[in-house]
Amino acid sequence: MDEIFGIPAPLLFGQLLLGLINGAFYALLSLGLAVIFGMLNVINFTHGAQFMLGAFVAWAMLNFLGLGYWWALLLAPIVVGLFGVLLERTMISKLYKLDHLYGLLLTFGVGLIIEGLVRNEFGSSGLPYRIPPELSGAWDLGFMFMPVYRGWVVIVALVACIATWLVIERTRIGSYLRAATENPALVQAFGINVPRMMTLTYGAGVALAAFAGVLAAPIYSVNPQMGSNLIIIVFAVVVIGGMGSILGSVLTGFGLGIVEGLTKVFYPEASATVIFVVMAIVLLLRPAGLFGRA
Amino acid sequence: MAAPGGFSGSDFKAEETVFLGFTRTQLIAFLVMVAVIAVSPFFLYPVFLMKVLCFALFACAFNLLIGYVGLLSFGHAAYFGMGGYLAGHAAKVWGFTPEIAVLIGGAVGALLGLVIGWIAIRRQGIYFAMITLAFAQMVYFFCVQAAFTGGEDGIQAIPRGNLFGVIPLSADITMYWVTAAVFLLGFLFIHRTIHSPFGMVLKSIRENEPRATSLGYRTDDYKLVAFVLSAMLSGVAGGIKSIVFGIATLTDVFWTMSGEVVLMSLVGGLGTIFGPVVGAAVIITMQNYLAEFGAWVTVIQGVIFVLCVLAFRRGIVGEIGNWLRVRL
Repeated sequence: MDEIFGIPAPLLFGQLLLGLINGAFYALLSLGLAVIFGMLNVINFTHGAQFMLGAFVAWAMLNFLGLGYWWALLLAPIVVGLFGVLLERTMISKLYKLDHLYGLLLTFGVGLIIEGLVRNEFGSSGLPYRIPPELSGAWDLGFMFMPVYRGWVVIVALVACIATWLVIERTRIGSYLRAATENPALVQAFGINVPRMMTLTYGAGVALAAFAGVLAAPIYSVNPQMGSNLIIIVFAVVVIGGMGSILGSVLTGFGLGIVEGLTKVFYPEASATVIFVVMAIVLLLRPAGLFGRA
Repeated sequence: MAAPGGFSGSDFKAEETVFLGFTRTQLIAFLVMVAVIAVSPFFLYPVFLMKVLCFALFACAFNLLIGYVGLLSFGHAAYFGMGGYLAGHAAKVWGFTPEIAVLIGGAVGALLGLVIGWIAIRRQGIYFAMITLAFAQMVYFFCVQAAFTGGEDGIQAIPRGNLFGVIPLSADITMYWVTAAVFLLGFLFIHRTIHSPFGMVLKSIRENEPRATSLGYRTDDYKLVAFVLSAMLSGVAGGIKSIVFGIATLTDVFWTMSGEVVLMSLVGGLGTIFGPVVGAAVIITMQNYLAEFGAWVTVIQGVIFVLCVLAFRRGIVGEIGNWLRVRL
């Protein structure tokens, strides 16, 4: 099994793995966007900046406090999530009664502020973040070498996605959330504090983005632009999948990562644009998105 | 039902129009604007003023969509940047005269707007914003790879050439008058569009699309035409900018440029005719004075975004209009 369709097998599997990893980040980020959008009706343009912030908090914890990767994986989402809670309480919540587009403009502005501040502090070039020793090295899978950390990212992202799905579909608080997404006024009438749920939902979505940021820190270099470059692709992923379904976002995220990886093997020139082309095709054939409700 | 706090201008009693579809107040404001454009090159640096005019036209073109159709495009850099690239290429490599080059820029903007708009108008609201942003990023990646754009270097040393093949534009002041003329033509074109029967249908779509549909209007066709017009004028603005500065780069197609044009319109006042012009002047002036502070410009732009959305949604011109109880 040295060649598949005339392509050397290690190259094909290597790109497939890279695609799967990118897909893991698409899935985690689009999942957070979908959860926030479902509850708040706000498309969170700060999501990319919050992802980047997660990576930077991890870097700062290591370099200023001596707290390693495992602490960062736990604490960075909490720190950034609390920041999200603050943001929702002080600003975003003032806009619910207005046109939804104002929420978009506000979060875009906050994203610019965060990105600019981080660039002022740390510069535009990337900062290195070492792979934790427990996860360095590679497994020999027989047909290819698999860096342990990359496998870890895919597995953890999958677990995080499934856990989010379980919380929303199988727990009491998740049922409140789904009900409040359908009809907030009615749920409020039953005595559930809907504004607080919105705050917590936003905080959780932001924490998910920061969690993805920590996972990304050892793979991509930690730099101020890492979020904005990624989030525009994630917006396309969200348009393709539709924001109606949790599993839909996860499947679309991983699927498009793989499509991108395969494009790198067979037609590298198009690898940067293939997701946007898929978006155009989906919009022509199924405007509501693959899993969306019209 | 009109969305509360939507992007519409203030609702004041319609004043009579006196000239070219201007109301009396608008006509006065327009004459003031023309006077400022005519006098300012004698006091201020013409190259700076030309930059303001290019971005003012760009912002006016953007505002045609958000202010009068209610469509938030987050990817207008694509039309502006591609218009700039093609105009620059036409002037430098193909050797066209500047007016033809700018027209080519406009045509490219329109063509790109037709393709992207045709797909994007299938969705509304925030999806529309995300789709236009994504397509603009696709155009950006195309420009990074394509040979004629010069990649990271951009197209440099674009000649200003001779207008109609006879009037040399190398002097800044001559170039300024041409830029001013292009801006005023574009401005009047947008004004005329808004106040035509076609523009009335656009506004009805902004206020209540289902009702416009039920009255028998094919709202998608109207939205697409508005989108193409807006993209065309953005292309013209990008084209004239390339001719003025002799350079077309990736900055003009990047998503930050799309954000800047949103900011200009927001600061000046969404859905006002003069707002984008004032907004462009404010933002360009700010960038000019803060250029040495590097990334702080981004931070300050973000802060202005947040302040405008939270406390200043009418923008400068919108607030003045509200204060004077007139539509500006």
